[in-house]
Amino acid sequence: MEEKIKSIIKTSGNSPDRLMDILLSVQKEFRCVPEEAVSLIASALGISEADVNQTKTFYHFFSSKPVGKYAVYLNNAAVSGMMGMAEVADEFEKQAGIKFGETTPDGLISLDYTACIGMSDQEPAALINSVVFTELTREKVKEIVAGMKEGKTVESMVPEYGDGNNAHPLVKSMVKNNIRKAGPVCLGDYDAGKTLSKALSMNPKDVISEVQKSNLRGRGGAGFPTGLKWLFCSQESGERYVICNADEGEPGTFKDRVLLTERAKMIFEGMTIAGWAIGAKEGIVYLRYEYDYLLKFLNSILDEMREKNMLGKNIMGKGFDYDIRIQSGAGAYVCGEESALIESTEGKRGEPRNRPPFPTQSGYNEKPTIINNVETFCSAVKIVEKGGEWFSNMGTEESSGTKLLSISGDCKQPGVYEVEWGMTIKEMLDMVDATDVQAVQVAGPSGVCVPPSQFSRKIAIEDLATGGSMIVVGKQRDLIKDIVLNFMEFFEDESCGSCITCRSFNMILRRMVEKIVEGRGIKPDLDNMVQWGEIMRNTSRCGLGQTSANPVSTTISNFRELYESKVKDVDFQSDFDMKKAIIESCEAVGRPPVVHE
Amino acid sequence: MSDTIKFTIDGKECTGKKGQLLVDAAAENGVYIPVLCHWKDVKPAGSCRICTVKVNNRYVTACTLPIDENCGDVENNTPELQDIRKAIVEMLFVEGNHFCPACEKSGDCDLQALGYKYQMMVPRFPYAFERRELDAKSPKIFLEKNRCIFCKRCIRMIKDEKGRSYFAFKGRGKHLEISMDEKLAANISDELAQEAMDICPVGAILKKEVGFINPIGKRKYDNEPIGSDIEKSK
Amino acid sequence: MSKPIIATASLAGCFGCHMSLLDIDDRILKLIELVEFNKSPIDDIKTFTKQCDIGLIEGGCCNTENIEVLKEFRKHCKILISVGECAIMGGLPAMRNGIPVKECLDEAYLDGPTVGENKEKIMPNDEELPIITDKVYPLHEIVKVDYYLPGCPPSADLLWEALVALVTGKELEIPYELIKFD
Ligand SMILES: Cc1cc2nc3c(=O)[nH]c(=O)nc-3n(C[C@H](O)[C@H](O)[C@H](O)COP(=O)(O)O)c2cc1C
Ligand code: SF4
Ligand code: SF4
Ligand code: SF4
Ligand code: FES
Repeated sequence: MEEKIKSIIKTSGNSPDRLMDILLSVQKEFRCVPEEAVSLIASALGISEADVNQTKTFYHFFSSKPVGKYAVYLNNAAVSGMMGMAEVADEFEKQAGIKFGETTPDGLISLDYTACIGMSDQEPAALINSVVFTELTREKVKEIVAGMKEGKTVESMVPEYGDGNNAHPLVKSMVKNNIRKAGPVCLGDYDAGKTLSKALSMNPKDVISEVQKSNLRGRGGAGFPTGLKWLFCSQESGERYVICNADEGEPGTFKDRVLLTERAKMIFEGMTIAGWAIGAKEGIVYLRYEYDYLLKFLNSILDEMREKNMLGKNIMGKGFDYDIRIQSGAGAYVCGEESALIESTEGKRGEPRNRPPFPTQSGYNEKPTIINNVETFCSAVKIVEKGGEWFSNMGTEESSGTKLLSISGDCKQPGVYEVEWGMTIKEMLDMVDATDVQAVQVAGPSGVCVPPSQFSRKIAIEDLATGGSMIVVGKQRDLIKDIVLNFMEFFEDESCGSCITCRSFNMILRRMVEKIVEGRGIKPDLDNMVQWGEIMRNTSRCGLGQTSANPVSTTISNFRELYESKVKDVDFQSDFDMKKAIIESCEAVGRPPVVHE
Repeated sequence: MSDTIKFTIDGKECTGKKGQLLVDAAAENGVYIPVLCHWKDVKPAGSCRICTVKVNNRYVTACTLPIDENCGDVENNTPELQDIRKAIVEMLFVEGNHFCPACEKSGDCDLQALGYKYQMMVPRFPYAFERRELDAKSPKIFLEKNRCIFCKRCIRMIKDEKGRSYFAFKGRGKHLEISMDEKLAANISDELAQEAMDICPVGAILKKEVGFINPIGKRKYDNEPIGSDIEKSK
Repeated sequence: MSKPIIATASLAGCFGCHMSLLDIDDRILKLIELVEFNKSPIDDIKTFTKQCDIGLIEGGCCNTENIEVLKEFRKHCKILISVGECAIMGGLPAMRNGIPVKECLDEAYLDGPTVGENKEKIMPNDEELPIITDKVYPLHEIVKVDYYLPGCPPSADLLWEALVALVTGKELEIPYELIKFD
């Protein structure tokens, strides 16, 4: 083991900022990161074991005990639940003979849940040793587990390959693109290298002003003007970095996955143009671990681009040196937050940084850094190709261009749609063929739960802003239990835990939602939830804690009657349950659990 | 351009140096903004959120904000902010397991002192009563995890001569835990152990074989609220 | 006007809060003038003989009997006050919270270093004994509590000031030194 680990450390680059890569390789090799490895890594990198453990224990996909030879991670996001996850989970447990959270005694199979894996349009889905299995049913689970017991490779259990590059020899995945509507920007025609050559013949300043002219705003959710971000960074001095945020963690979003599959060159081209514009020499793609199945493929595209001199030294003979590497994540939603992403890329726990300073001032390795979403880079390519004006003529006044929507849930046509900003929710529902809709969750759990009375609202940064996640919730769903509770569990699990408010309020709010679902809630709980959520919003450091009360607060304001029908109208009600409270001690002393009231 | 910044806190005129952290500038002007994780001249953690103030109507943590021309009017002791801070203190009390009567730091503890300052009679939130461990492996230090408030002072400040940290976090979110490097802590010096205990705002880091040195009535916060020294300085 | 009636009880507490009440020294004579005591260890009245105005309870709830007494107090008292850390948050007895009861019982009766001979591995299990609850509960998690007086124990001065304020209807202004959690 020692030799193996030492060689991993060596090939990953013997440095603390490569800790993520080292841990990823060790986990893959040994199905866990054992104590011995922690100790070897610590002494090789010159940091304490506690520090190695600090990073290791932060991420979902690192474990101390070995996961199964077949490690199943079933997605337990809300949409997966809506599409029948419970049955699939039950079948996995039956077939494997263990519960979720356990490993079979022979070490063959382990079952775990994981947060949204970016397959909401083909749920229920699971990762098995980073191979994706979609649209699972009891039948399919039976086959899969039987295959495991026969010792088949995971790859060989993939029944058929998806469309487009999903069938590429380096991908071989059953994932489907489900591109339902291609627009003129990201999913339209694309000629690799054409725009890069144009950009490199332009003055970097002019590239930035073209992007500014387009009014492009970040597609990752926050909607910051992209041109301005690039401008700020270009005005800083010294070494600079470009980072592409491919963490796509917001439950219900999967459009970046489609771009990574079908528009990889365009993303890299956009990053290179950005590098030219701001004066960077290195670009980094932060790829969520859930998309590890695309890693080889993406690296092969980078190689191809290097061969064609679209990356590397003296790109296209224009004297510009620039290259891109891919940094894998290891399972943490918060690492989609730009400063947490930087910390993670530096090999640390993904804890968001305090601002100021902003990444454009001090980002990766404390150097000025721009971070943009996958789709933002794709859009930038088209903008430089066709001009900022062409782009800004699409969409609305404040939201120019097109937006990729990842639409899932109770509709007949889930998938990716490239539409102009400004479409109403009603139009969107017609487009995806959804009827009997109770609500639409716009922008994922951190967004807004929109009721039918507001379906004339527009999908636009100035009205209903979104990074792309659109979850349609049919009338048959129990909104509080299936959606709100699931979202709060998600936030509770994904909080980095640094701020007391986010660390604790998410847990407390989740418990309160649970209490209401179980019929133990009282009316004052509702006001408390709203008030406490407000404190969390106002005092948490990053966007996670600032928005994680939204599932509760937006549904209490838009669906108050649902809550009121479930809570008792009294001032005080004890949650104490005498039976529950004594059962353990009666068992321990061997006494019947009877109380005389 | 001058380096001096003029701003107000709750209407009081203050001056400070550009780039100075708001919390420090306030203190120099005799204004106490409560802190739990802040430590002067150490890179801010911004994790306890207790120093939340409003600058030009936006919420910010005073320990992470370098002051500049845009500082303008700062709100500090408004009823709203006081209630937020009280809520944070209450939250910290229900999250950990704080049995003050049995705590060596009682009377000298910053968290407890803030409980007194905000007259916390009972937390509005339900007690979590999670099981947490006490790490007594080091010959010099007890790490009483029940009382840690995750201020990161120990993580940021207590390092060995090679720059390695004795303390680090483990896990994330509600499973967050403070941990001590077993190998390094086995050889920690008396001075460093003492320093770790002194910087810990609560009773989570304790030096072995000492404790309850100051009698009741003579402890830091027995007779005067936390922050009185700052408020009296001007 | 008749005097306000007070009842007191110690649940999972150490009687320290009651001792603190006695610690008001000669003011106890004034207190007797101001109020009348009903069910309380102070006068040894074991059961409620009438409705009371104020119930003072020290200690949290660690077993079924504590819970019964607490509920009875809630029924008989207009105002219920949690007195001391144990009533407010479980106090030192609550140090067992978070640890499974079985583990606690085993430690206490079978495996602990202070266990003497217990060859038959007997756990106290008489019908007459109250049943231990899974954790020690703060009072306000079981019944509605109106006021809280922190301290371990709350100082005699705090108890005095609070009672006088309550009985005379005066605003309670607590000086800094009187609120303590230890
Ligand atoms: C908790 C959290 C998670 C986030 N996840 C992502 C993500 O997965 N992808 C993304 O592009 N942006 C994400 N963001 C937004 C980023 O912080 C950042 O604003 C964005 O990457 C900037 O790129 P853009 O301007 O191109 O949108 C997240 C933000 C927060 C607070
Ligand atoms: S808000 Fe939550 S996720 Fe963000 S830094 Fe604070 S604890 Fe971490
Ligand atoms: S650390 Fe402070 S608040 Fe916690 S028990 Fe000790 S004195 Fe009380
Ligand atoms: S042990 Fe003390 S210094 Fe360290 S993080 Fe916890 S509270 Fe802060
Ligand atoms: S002192 Fe500012 S966040 Fe802790």
